[in-house]
Order: sequence, then structure tokens, then C-alpha cells
Amino acid sequence: MLKKISKIPFNGTPEQEEQLRAVIEECKSDKSLLMHVMQRAQHIYGYLPFEVQAMIADGMDIPLEKVYGVSTFYAQFALSPKGKYNISVCLGTACYVKGSQEILDKICEKLGIGPDECTKDGIFSIEACRCIGACGLAPVMMINEDVYGNLKPDQIDQILAKYTD
Amino acid sequence: MAEQKTTAIKPLNKMNFYKKQQRLALRNCGVIDPESIDEYIAVDGYQALAKALTGLKPEDVIQIIKDSGLRGRGGGGFPTGLKWDFTARNSADQKYVVCNADEGDPGAFMDRSVLEGDPHCIVEAMALCGYATGATEGYIYVRAEYPVAVKRLEIAIAQAKEYGFLGKNIFESGFDFDLHIRLGAGAFVCGEETALMTSIEGNRGEPRPRPPYPAVKGLFGKPTTENNVETFANVPQIILKGAGFFAAMGTEKSKGTKVFALGGKINNTGLVEIPMGTTLREIIEEIGGGIPGGKKFKAAQTGGPSGGCIPVSLIDTPIDYDNLTAIGCMMGSGGLIVMDEDNCMVDIAKFFLDFTVDESCGKCSPCRIGTKRMQEMLEKIIEGKATMQDLEKLEELAHYIKENSLCGLGQTAPNPVLATMKFFKDEYIAHVVEKRCPSAQCKSLLRYVIDPEKCIGCTLCARVCPVDAITGEPKKLHVIDQEKCIKCGACMAACKRVQAISRI
Amino acid sequence: MIKNIAQLNEKKEECFAKMTKSDAGEALTRVVVGMATCGIAAGATPVFKAIEQTIQELALSNITVTQTGCIGMCQYEPIVEITVPGEEKVTYVQMNAEKAAQVVKEHLANGKPVADYTVSAATE
Repeated sequence: MLKKISKIPFNGTPEQEEQLRAVIEECKSDKSLLMHVMQRAQHIYGYLPFEVQAMIADGMDIPLEKVYGVSTFYAQFALSPKGKYNISVCLGTACYVKGSQEILDKICEKLGIGPDECTKDGIFSIEACRCIGACGLAPVMMINEDVYGNLKPDQIDQILAKYTD
Repeated sequence: MAEQKTTAIKPLNKMNFYKKQQRLALRNCGVIDPESIDEYIAVDGYQALAKALTGLKPEDVIQIIKDSGLRGRGGGGFPTGLKWDFTARNSADQKYVVCNADEGDPGAFMDRSVLEGDPHCIVEAMALCGYATGATEGYIYVRAEYPVAVKRLEIAIAQAKEYGFLGKNIFESGFDFDLHIRLGAGAFVCGEETALMTSIEGNRGEPRPRPPYPAVKGLFGKPTTENNVETFANVPQIILKGAGFFAAMGTEKSKGTKVFALGGKINNTGLVEIPMGTTLREIIEEIGGGIPGGKKFKAAQTGGPSGGCIPVSLIDTPIDYDNLTAIGCMMGSGGLIVMDEDNCMVDIAKFFLDFTVDESCGKCSPCRIGTKRMQEMLEKIIEGKATMQDLEKLEELAHYIKENSLCGLGQTAPNPVLATMKFFKDEYIAHVVEKRCPSAQCKSLLRYVIDPEKCIGCTLCARVCPVDAITGEPKKLHVIDQEKCIKCGACMAACKRVQAISRI
Repeated sequence: MIKNIAQLNEKKEECFAKMTKSDAGEALTRVVVGMATCGIAAGATPVFKAIEQTIQELALSNITVTQTGCIGMCQYEPIVEITVPGEEKVTYVQMNAEKAAQVVKEHLANGKPVADYTVSAATE
């Protein structure tokens, strides 16, 4: 899978770096914990910019190309930042047969960005996701932690408006 | 007094949805508090572990599992007892037990429900497996998308340690066992046995060639037994109640029950656990309550991106591993998606193929390149640009990929295409020869038309058309210019009162 | 630490008693709320809170309220099940905080199940 790599400059804070160093310190004796460290790093920074991957490689004493290999292999690792509100539209089977592609298209059209992109103001990002296990409510999307089910394309404007005010 | 409206309150187990169900793997789901080890103990929790550790030899445990006829619930259907036996036979300084909770099939959520509803039974089953195979450490590999499951597993493991069901010298038997949780990071291929182990080791989750099988060289190069969540969920009951209890349920070669996640075009969606051998008709018509909107049943998709479909002509097939394999389908992990006459089977095949193209790890070329080429051919079909020769090529390539891919993902990736081609060849031919989608789903092939008999010339459609493809005088017949039409469907939605516009 | 079967059985008795009887030995009414991911997504958390709060307001006793896993019927979430000792279990579906409070008042406090909210009403 091709990943969008961020062109936005890295602006990590010393506090974030300190947290990451503590995680690395805790885990560096067991190299099989690489993914665990990367998951926690993503939690700290919101995504895994190149600079963070380099810190992990250095701290865990694992070649950078391996860290990069892992970060590009797994869908969950984001190489570009997410918006303040991340919208994930479920394209699992149940949602798909009930028309979730139309929902996704409608949101992309409304925000003027494609899947895996973030709006310039950093407010919204969109992604298509796999089944979130709420098939009974299909089609479903999530905006951060909020779940919206039984969606119809004409509800999108109203839902997005809740987050832009 | 006015007539009083009374609704009889029927208990849940008398309702159609539950009547045919037999809850074994899900026996505690919806009954106990999953975050309380005490409630699990109250319903016979950890009794099986106590029984095995204090009264059974490891080979006895394996024999019970073998006799029960339990087969892998992750999809393959490999006999579980045999799998345990292979690991037990290999001596090593360290062995492992792995629980595959990387439930990735879109539309499937059986494993999540077990982990969220009854996490202790997985802990108990893995300890039993460890005792039987000689492993002292276990890993549960869970999808990161299941935070509630992860949290409840963490609680369960901590409680089990506190009570002494995990750790050193369990039940003073000299047996030690410890469990760790590892989170996946969104790679479907990690549901494949060897890829999952590679991922636990902290690598890109690429599969390894077999042999050597995991029973010889698995996690960290040591003998390993890997089972799926639902398989493990059956184990404590089998040990506690005996092999005969389990073997009494199901069909000759498929014992016990199977959990299905019922979804798609069906009235009752949800999680159902039924004895093996139940027919698809019983599942759809009785448990599922039929298809909404009076539509006709067309097919049921089983096994997600690795599975196939069961057409209406085979609706009375008793569902078990061997029957499904015989009709070119697959049990899979238990996703069961019902489709009605509005679903285009070519579109469904393409949907699953898009998924596998996206999730192919890229290690072997039949899967990496082959599935991409298949996807392109399907696109041609859906756009009405394919020839009959393309259909032949598609089928040939599908067989080639099945035979030559390295792991389960590639070996099963062509299944949705092959199954739909087998049962719905006429739909493929309609796309190719008549350039028509019989279910009116494929955008490039469908047309919106206005019925001259019904059109009242209200101009609503012309006003909503984003590309000005509709012309007509007020109060006169309107016409859609097919060249300009982008098939957005806005006109049909606008004409909802008169319903003069249809999609063909 | 539980070290043998005898201790486990003893614990089992104790745990079973705790689930079904109050400290004074009276039979407990059991209220379970389906709180797997699907239940939570459909709004089970406010339902759970409303039940606890209403029970407290009415000072009802001999009732345990607990979360549980998936009951199985996705489109009827949030689901609440009430088992009064000696009676058949009643399953309430598509609950929200207001309905839940009403059920506590009528079913738990006055012993009259709210038929309209039960699964049999929803599926007829």
C-alpha cells in the first residue's frame, strides 16, 4: 500500500521527546517490542515523522531501514499528521453493500481533499477504514470517537457542521 | 374501558433469532461481567484448567481434544488436537502458544465478541494448550482496532495472575505459564499463521514458507501452536465436559458449533452460534428473519476475501467445512454477508479483490502482481470494455495464483472471483456481451431514463442535474442526454413523488 | 492464590452466592447491559449510568447492575436484560437513558415490565 508522506515540517516539542526516550528506555532490551514502541510514539506525536523513526532506530539499536520498513508496512502507522477531527468511513462489506462508498465520496467532495489527506487548516482528515464491527448500523463512519450509523449522503453537511462551529 | 393494548413479553430464547442457536463459544457472552474473574469462576471458570493440571497428563488433554473432533475455527478447519500433538512431539528449551485475534475479514466480529464478552476463557484455554504442548509462554495477537477487547484481556490477565491461574507452579502442579498481549497495526496478512508470528517478533508481517511448520519452527524459531480465538473458546468446555459432549453436536466430520457474524441485506443482523450442519435457509429465513423490503435472496458470501458465495440454488446445503469446500466455497472465519437481487456479483468480486490487492504484502509475485492484473480485468468488465477472452484469461490467472502463492492470503485471494464466476457466469457475460449490469449497480453500464408515460414535466429533475444533461419544456416530457449524464442519481432522487425516472 | 480444586470450588460457591444473593441472603435481581463495542457505540454507557442513578434515587435494594459482552442482536442495541428471581428474563432493546429510567421505575420498583420496550414488541 502506498502511503502519503507528510511535507509538513517536523515540530516536536522537548516534552514529547522526553516521553519517547522514556518509552525507548523501558523497551530497548527486547527488540521484538519495536512495533509497541512505534505505536506509543505515534500516540505521543500523532504520527510517525521521519525524525521520530530515526530516534527510535537509534534508541532501540535497530537499523533505520527496518523501522521504516515496519512503518510503511502497517496501515495503522501514519506518516502524515491527522486533522483535529479524523473522519473514518467504514468500507467493510456490510457498509459497502449498503452504500458507504457514496458517503465517502460525498465527504471528499465537501472537504475538497482525498482519502488519507488532511485539510490545509488542519481541522479534518479523511480515511477509509475496514470494518469497525458495527455492521448492524451500516453504513457507519467515525469522527474521532463519535460513531454515526445508518448514514445517508444528505446527512453529511449537517454532521460536518457540528465540528466546524 | 377502552380496549387495552397488550404486548405479550416473550423470553429471548423463544424468539426465532435464538431458537436454533446453541451457545458454546459464546456461552458467557451477554451473561457475565467480562471484567470480573469472580463471575467467570461462578460459571465454572478455571475448572477445566484445575482438572487438567491436577488429574490429566498432557497427552490425555490432547487425546480429549482429538476425540472431540474440534477443528480450527479461523477458516482452515485443521484438526486442533492434531495440531497440538505436532507441537507436543517436538522437544525444545522453549515452546509457545499463540492466539490469533487478528480478525481482519471485513464484516466479521466473532472473535471480538468473545474477547470482549469472555476474555478469561481464552486465558484458560491458552494455559491448557500450554500444558498439553509443553509451552510456558503465550502471546495473544489482537487487532489494534479492538481497544475494548485489549483492555478486557489486560484486566483478565492481571486477575488470573493474582489468583494464581497464570504464573509459576499453577495449582501446585509444577506447570508455569505466562501470557503477553501484542497489538497488530492494521495488516490483514498478519491473520496468516506465519505472518502473525513474524509480526510478533517485531518485523514487517510477511509470511514464511512452510515447511518448516510452526510446530517445528514457529515464533522466535521455537515450536509453536497457533489457534484462533473461537477455537480456544471451545477448549475449556471440552476438557470439562468431555469429548463426547462436543462430538455429539454437528455433522459427521464437523463437530460442535460455529459462530457467524450475520450481516448485509438481512432483517436480523448480529452474532449467531449454530450447530454445524444447519442449512443456510434456516440461518436466513428463521434466524435472520428474511430479507428486508421483500427483495429476493441472491447469494450469501462466506469467508470474506478468502471465501466464496452460496447461491440460492444451494440454500439447503447443511453448512459444515466439507460441504462448503465441496461447492467451492469456504467456511472462513465466520463472516456471513447476505446479498439480495440489487447486489451485482461482479461488483462484489471486485470489492474483495480491491481488498486483497491492498493487503497483499508483496513478498511473492503471484499474489502481488497477479491480484493486481485480476483487478484490472475486473475493472474492464465492470466498465463494459472486456471481451469473452478476458473472462477466460481471468479464470486461468485465478487458478495460477491459487496454486503458486506463498501463503493463505494469495492462495485464497481468487476465491471470490472463482465462486462468483462459477455460480453467476450469466452476470459476467451480461457485462461483457450485452454491456449491461443486470443488478443496475455498475456505474459505467447503467443508464437513467425518464418514463414518457409518467413524466409530468415539472422540471425538478432538470433543475437538480449538476451537468445540465436534462432538457425539456415545463409541462412537457423531459429527456436525459446519456452523453452528458454522469450518473449521479440526483434526478431520480428529485423525482421521488412521481417516480418517473428509473435506473436500468 | 488458589492452589487446588477444593479452593477453587470454595471460591466458586462464594462467587456464585455473590452474584445471586445479597449479604443478608436475599435473592438479587440482576440487570445486565450489553457493553461490547457495538453496544457502547449504540449508546450503552449513558443507559448504564441512568440505570445506576435511578436505582440510587429510588433507593432500591437487592439489585446488581453489571456490564456484559455482546448479546448478539446488533440492530437492537443498546440491550438491557433484567432477571427478577423466580421470573423469566426480560430483554429490553433500543434503550436510551430516558427509557432505562422508566424501566427502573416501573419494572424494578413496581414489578411491572414495560412491554413496549421489550424485544418481543420490537420484532412484532
